[in-house]
Amino acid sequence: MELQEVQTLVSEYLDKAATAFQQVPGSAVLIRYVRSSYQNDPVRSAIELVLVIFFIRYLLSPSYSTSKVNYVKLTDDEIDELVEEWQPEPLVPKQTALEEAEMDKLPVLVGPTGPKSKLANGKTVTNLASYNFYNLNANEQIKEKAIQTLRTYGVGPCGPPQFYGTQDVHMKAEADIATYLGTEKCIVYAQAFSAISSVIPAFCKRGDIIVADRAVNYSIRRGLEISRSNIKWYNHNDLEDLERVMRKVVQEQAKKKLTRRFIVTEALFETSGDMNDLPKLIELKEKYKFRIILDETWSFGVLGRTGRGLTEHQNVDPTQIDMIVGSLAGPLCAGGGFCAGSSDVVEHQRISAAAYTFSAALPAMLAMTASESLNVLQSNPEILVQCRENIRLARAQLDPRSDWVMCTSAPENPIMILVFKPEVVNARRLTIEDQERLMQECCDEALANGVLITRLKGSSISTHASLKDGNWTVQPALKVCITSGLSKKDMEKAATTIRHAITKVMTRKTNNKLNLPTA
Amino acid sequence: MPRTLSNPFSSSGMPQSEKAGERRPSHSKGRIAGFFSKSKDQPPAHQAILMQSQQQTASTTQSPSPVSLPTISLSAAAPGEQNGDEQSTTLFEPPSAEEEQKLERTHAQFGPLIHPSHRYVSTHTGGTLEKPIEDEPPYYFVLTTYLSYLILIFCGHLRDFFGKRFGNKKHYATLKASNGYAPLNDDFDNFYVRRLKMRLDDCFARPTTGVPGRFITLMDRKSTDFNRSYQFTGTYTQTLNVSSYNYLGFAQSEGPCAEAVEECVRKYGLSTCSPRGDAGTTDLALEVEREIAQFVGKPAAMVFSMGFVTNAGSFPALVSKGCLILSDELNHASIRIGARMSGAVIRSFKHNDIEDLERMLREAISQGQPRTHRPWKKILVAVEGLYSMEGTMVDLPSIVALKKKYKFFLYVDEAHSVGALGRRGRGVCDYFNVDPAEVDILMGTLTKSFGANGGYVAAEKHIIDKLKSTNAATLLGESPAPSVLMQILASLRIITGELVPGQGEERLQRIAFNSRYLRLGLKRLGYIVYGHDDSPIIPIMLYHPAKIAAFSHEMLKRKISVVVVGYPATPLISSRARFCVSAAHNKEDMDRVLAACDVVGDILQLKYSTGVAGGADPLPAGVTPEMEPEWRRANGLEGVIKPPRWKLEDVIARGVDDAKVKLR
Repeated sequence: MELQEVQTLVSEYLDKAATAFQQVPGSAVLIRYVRSSYQNDPVRSAIELVLVIFFIRYLLSPSYSTSKVNYVKLTDDEIDELVEEWQPEPLVPKQTALEEAEMDKLPVLVGPTGPKSKLANGKTVTNLASYNFYNLNANEQIKEKAIQTLRTYGVGPCGPPQFYGTQDVHMKAEADIATYLGTEKCIVYAQAFSAISSVIPAFCKRGDIIVADRAVNYSIRRGLEISRSNIKWYNHNDLEDLERVMRKVVQEQAKKKLTRRFIVTEALFETSGDMNDLPKLIELKEKYKFRIILDETWSFGVLGRTGRGLTEHQNVDPTQIDMIVGSLAGPLCAGGGFCAGSSDVVEHQRISAAAYTFSAALPAMLAMTASESLNVLQSNPEILVQCRENIRLARAQLDPRSDWVMCTSAPENPIMILVFKPEVVNARRLTIEDQERLMQECCDEALANGVLITRLKGSSISTHASLKDGNWTVQPALKVCITSGLSKKDMEKAATTIRHAITKVMTRKTNNKLNLPTA
Repeated sequence: MPRTLSNPFSSSGMPQSEKAGERRPSHSKGRIAGFFSKSKDQPPAHQAILMQSQQQTASTTQSPSPVSLPTISLSAAAPGEQNGDEQSTTLFEPPSAEEEQKLERTHAQFGPLIHPSHRYVSTHTGGTLEKPIEDEPPYYFVLTTYLSYLILIFCGHLRDFFGKRFGNKKHYATLKASNGYAPLNDDFDNFYVRRLKMRLDDCFARPTTGVPGRFITLMDRKSTDFNRSYQFTGTYTQTLNVSSYNYLGFAQSEGPCAEAVEECVRKYGLSTCSPRGDAGTTDLALEVEREIAQFVGKPAAMVFSMGFVTNAGSFPALVSKGCLILSDELNHASIRIGARMSGAVIRSFKHNDIEDLERMLREAISQGQPRTHRPWKKILVAVEGLYSMEGTMVDLPSIVALKKKYKFFLYVDEAHSVGALGRRGRGVCDYFNVDPAEVDILMGTLTKSFGANGGYVAAEKHIIDKLKSTNAATLLGESPAPSVLMQILASLRIITGELVPGQGEERLQRIAFNSRYLRLGLKRLGYIVYGHDDSPIIPIMLYHPAKIAAFSHEMLKRKISVVVVGYPATPLISSRARFCVSAAHNKEDMDRVLAACDVVGDILQLKYSTGVAGGADPLPAGVTPEMEPEWRRANGLEGVIKPPRWKLEDVIARGVDDAKVKLR
């Protein structure tokens, strides 16, 4: 090809490109701009050109990941070798000795749960390990209602609440709980254990502040962890410490954007059984403008004249608490959990609480049972009185009269948490593991004498929760669940058996290497 | 047809097993003819059923009448008796009104099988699992979908702007700081809910009553304030239920399962009132665990009272810091929450993409942990058996092959696949003929195929033992209610054939047939259908946000309740409707869905399919599928793909036979 031809071709193409460019709307403005700026200040045009080139290069460059900073380039053979060599750890570690012993001794009930339960080994024992405080499990009226529901709805609702899983029984249960508690609305979850773990992250987001009691239970800890909020702890049930923490938060946040602040605590604590001071808590909340998420899992159906929980017990208006979370699976003998509060609070959860949105709804039978159990509690508040009388009797046998253990539970709490007295722990230099083992021995000894009790479980997993909360450890404890299903005489007898069992274990030669406490 | 009445089985809604039908072909023909003639004679059959059910619901709300209870106990349904047949024909009596009512009620929960040929065995045909072809709509639809969202967002902001200044203060109360409290909801986070979801809110959480079986009864509601609140009109609508996860049709208030559960409530009460770790372990729970383990083919299993927590609680007990979780990008929220709780590093690979998984495995093993390059303690690959929004199955054989090389642990979530897939209903392992021992952890839910509630984890005994002592949900969460356990046990025994032999098999084969029949039909009508052919989850694409609500409303007008989903459950543009097929449906129901979809598809312009994903025209007579490439070459049709827009009559006429061969 001749040089001239090439030149004409090039100029032709350039012409074409120029006309095409001129046809683009706005091109004239651009050309005018470039011309005038070049005339005025050629250096500026040069800088602009560099910038444009840089911009185009930036746009075209492949996106890179920051994780590759530390990347070691290897050949395929090397990778194959590494793959060959790599040996993973086993999926699960071996069971520890305590876990194994625990599993061997796990009581297996044959037949219904009741004040007297039959075990797989054929023995019938007094059952003080179930949350069957009013023995509603044996209530024929409730059973009949449940069977009727079964015959109308089947068992499972076969879908999440948002997709045709909401049945009229669920709405009834929600309305019943809200009316019973005295809140505007209520939402029912399919499991109590995951209710609060889901309620907390539904409201508390990254950047929000949560002030929580150090002794809160595992479900709450899970919720706190999922929320990714900024978590501050206060000493267990120490409202002065709470105020200190709250004041500090308010001071720190004074100049920043207003964030949501929450207090998360329990009404009756799962791990220690003691009670919260709600009036004082509300005073603090209003002073420092925090919202309260109150876990009433262990107090709903327990405290108050008709079992409405801590609010009734301490004469607090339930609407002052922003979120009340509770369980329907304990003494109510149904299943599932709930969160009660204002309409805004409840409706928000219907789309943003993971355990509600992503889980199947509660079986209709259990929702109906919850409604019916509440009905029974409201119409016969005397069963609560009966239960409290039994608590008093059992406590009298255990707390002041035992040399070894004391009860940390509130006097109204049917779950009696028994821990070793500090002097016993000190005198014998008992580690947490020792205490766990001794408690397990106490359970075994009581069972051998016909009383089924249990101990506080879950210490092995509480270390899993990666939340840093100072040096809080749960003290190993026995858990004795009182029921109104036992006569006064039987109750006293059972409590005495437990006391003797503890004494026997503690005075055993093998456990008695160290000196006795000076009782 | 009336003969089935005198059969003790009628109560469970199951007509004769296939065997019996074969033995007396003339008889069963008469029965089929009866069904057809009935549906022809009384076109508004659904209306009749509807009125019926309304009367029933009215009566049941007053007192769930014992009249409708079948008088059959488990022993009456014992094997052996069921085929003691011939005389039963001579005992023919015209059904009384009460009996007819009872039958209607039974059939509303579990439809009768119309023809023995409406069955199929769900199993993998061998070879590698082909990825389903995802058809794409014309660009026009993609653009208008984005445009719709833009308009929605623009209008939303406009309404916010004026609403916040001049509107009802109450509607914005949760978005504003008041009295020193920060707003309860984030304005930005809440925007989607407030301005987009609210517009189609009436398509979600429709309250229902009664059994979510073949039909589901909705409580009619209306809203006068744009879905902010609803009022019940007091009427009920019985709709065909293609929304519940009732795969094997065990949502029943009568029949052997309900009998067993009733007995169980009388015996055990309603609750164990205690976590499994304390005193909540009953003989019943242990039996259920044994049965489940046996069913899925693992040495041990454990049950939970909630499916969500089964995943959320198991991951922290399996992996911890220094471990790696490779998770499919479309895994369910419960897996993601569980993984996050565990403290392990989480990476996700492309949905069902084995090459991507292998690439990530090679990188993970060769590079080790970030920064320190220490080797990973262990790698856990988490996948689902059947994905609930896509209808796709995991490519288990390929993953198992990778597992042998890369030594990772495999966690398969069978929430949707257990019961719904496989020759014997035992999930993906059964479907692909993979030895369950190859999978380390088999997790599943009991909510769906079993009509109960809760979930299970099955694995080697030492793993389950350790999990039992370290899983928070076992130690602290409530144990499953005895009634729920009994439902699991009874339905499990029906599936295995231990109880009422033949019924379990029939249920499995019916769902397999229904799934393929409906999927093929929808493809032929011109819908874009996602997922694998054997999956009972059938998502069809809607794209436009306005069509989400419109489709749901149009289907509801035709008395079919469907699940519609949009962003954020799906990618922004691929809004979809999802049909969940059940063994309780019969061909008549599937045809009803197809007929409705045919009309609605025309009204809403939903027939987007280009034909690449199936639904091709039938081959001419004498051309077998094997000869197809040759025939195409001979006729110059190579590479020619015609968008399928079949007529409904043709779809129904050819459906039964074509559903049983490779779908094309």
